[in-house]
Amino acid sequence: MEKTERIKTTRTLFQGIMFSLFRIAAVINGAALVIVVYFLVAKGWRAINWTFLSQPPMESMTKGGILPCIVGTLCLSLGAILVALPIGVASAIYLHEYARPGRALRIIRLGINNLAGVPSVVFGLFGLAFFVVWLKMGVSILAGSLTLGAMTLPVIIGASEEALRAVPDTYREASLGLGATKWQTIYRVVLPAALPGVLTGAILGISRAAGETAPIMFTAAVFYTPSLPTSIFDEIMALPYHVYVLATAGTEIEATRHLQYGTALVLIILVLGLNLVAIYYRSRLRKKY
Amino acid sequence: MDQSHKMVSEHLDFYYGSFQALHDITLDFPANQVTALIGPSGCGKSTLLRCLNRMNDLIPTSRVEGKVLLDSQNIYEPTVDVVSLRRRVGMVFQKPNPFPKTVFENVAYGLRVNGMRNKARIEEQVETSLRQGALWDEVKDRLHQSALGLSGGQQQRLCIARAMAVEPEVLLMDEPASALDPIATQKIEELIHQLKETYTIIIVTHNMQQAARVSDITAFFYLGKLIEVDQTETLFTRPTLKQTSDYITGRFG
Repeated sequence: MEKTERIKTTRTLFQGIMFSLFRIAAVINGAALVIVVYFLVAKGWRAINWTFLSQPPMESMTKGGILPCIVGTLCLSLGAILVALPIGVASAIYLHEYARPGRALRIIRLGINNLAGVPSVVFGLFGLAFFVVWLKMGVSILAGSLTLGAMTLPVIIGASEEALRAVPDTYREASLGLGATKWQTIYRVVLPAALPGVLTGAILGISRAAGETAPIMFTAAVFYTPSLPTSIFDEIMALPYHVYVLATAGTEIEATRHLQYGTALVLIILVLGLNLVAIYYRSRLRKKY
Repeated sequence: MDQSHKMVSEHLDFYYGSFQALHDITLDFPANQVTALIGPSGCGKSTLLRCLNRMNDLIPTSRVEGKVLLDSQNIYEPTVDVVSLRRRVGMVFQKPNPFPKTVFENVAYGLRVNGMRNKARIEEQVETSLRQGALWDEVKDRLHQSALGLSGGQQQRLCIARAMAVEPEVLLMDEPASALDPIATQKIEELIHQLKETYTIIIVTHNMQQAARVSDITAFFYLGKLIEVDQTETLFTRPTLKQTSDYITGRFG
């Protein structure tokens, strides 16, 4: 009687320890985010004001604002998604709904997985060589969006395929059984059902694209440009690059510290805002079904 | 070819890869009658059903030898348009599978994919199908709400209505009531009685009492072979083969 009670207590104790470890891991996760945000807010809030958000940098970037950077980052994020989402979703549909198992399919998947592992600076150099120089786009929003789009592609494909896989085959069977073609089935049943998952991928993709520095350094972003972009062939300033510029190559690194943190804070808020918009649309879709 | 046979299978063999699931099945399915396919699990009855509308084509390793005739035409000819075949031969599945759409859109789906655009006609056809499916009164006030909110029995009747909306000639039913409670089952069985005036129905069922209640002709399968087929009343009261009577009396399966 006593021995079984002891075993029971040991097992319960062990379980308690494990759960505590899990909880600690989750807390560390949340704490990391809180600490990062706290730092940014503490060191950067002084820089945030209307001038900061609506004016270009002035006096060698020691004063003024970051408006061109905000616009540039928004353009690049939008451009990246416009490139990556259609190609990514189409690829996922092909891979999951049409492709027959075999060598060709394995090679394609190998390619996508390796694409996901390419360092972002390598993407930047590729973008420079291919889009900027060879295709003669020059340092531009177009080149930057294409480069960022290529980088975001594996994320979109992965999330979209996952979403397509989650759609039950019974829907496809029911649709085909009513005399629909395969494409009609995908377009009318499978894709709408997969849309929340696809949007999740888009959210992840956009967040990544907005914050990347290396891919845009050679392809779209410049140290300084006096005016806002008017065409996709214009070069732009961008938030992550601006942080880098102020912190390393600027004229008064220490004095502009609060501007750097302010810029980083704006970037985080922008990404959060994009996320919230996408999450809102996704929850609306989910409620519909 | 006897024209009163809506569908016929002639020496049908079916393979999943190297495994032969159906052996030399020759069976007539008379028009406007209910034919029941019975037999223990794994005997091939669902496989045969899915051969009748070429649903098995979706399985990459599947192979068919022999013929299946719809109105004396072999549906396995390479020139056959499978998409329109599936409009003529509809299917209701074991587990209700309404689309994650509204009740209305579920029934209208078949109409839309087959090209119907006229809004009034679609609405008319949806109502007709729901009435035929004995579901109209229960859903007429919630046509534009999600179909997933219906009960299991209602969902299955919705699937039947959905299948009927495209006005098929044959209705294949794969254990349509096995996932439902007895009262819902009864409603489905009453529905089948009414439907056979318009359609040819082929039903797979595990439930022998159901086969006896619902069908005109019953075919007994075992391990991929057709053992015996006869008028339902004869098969259940005076079966010819011992194997059949063993199964019916529950000695195996």
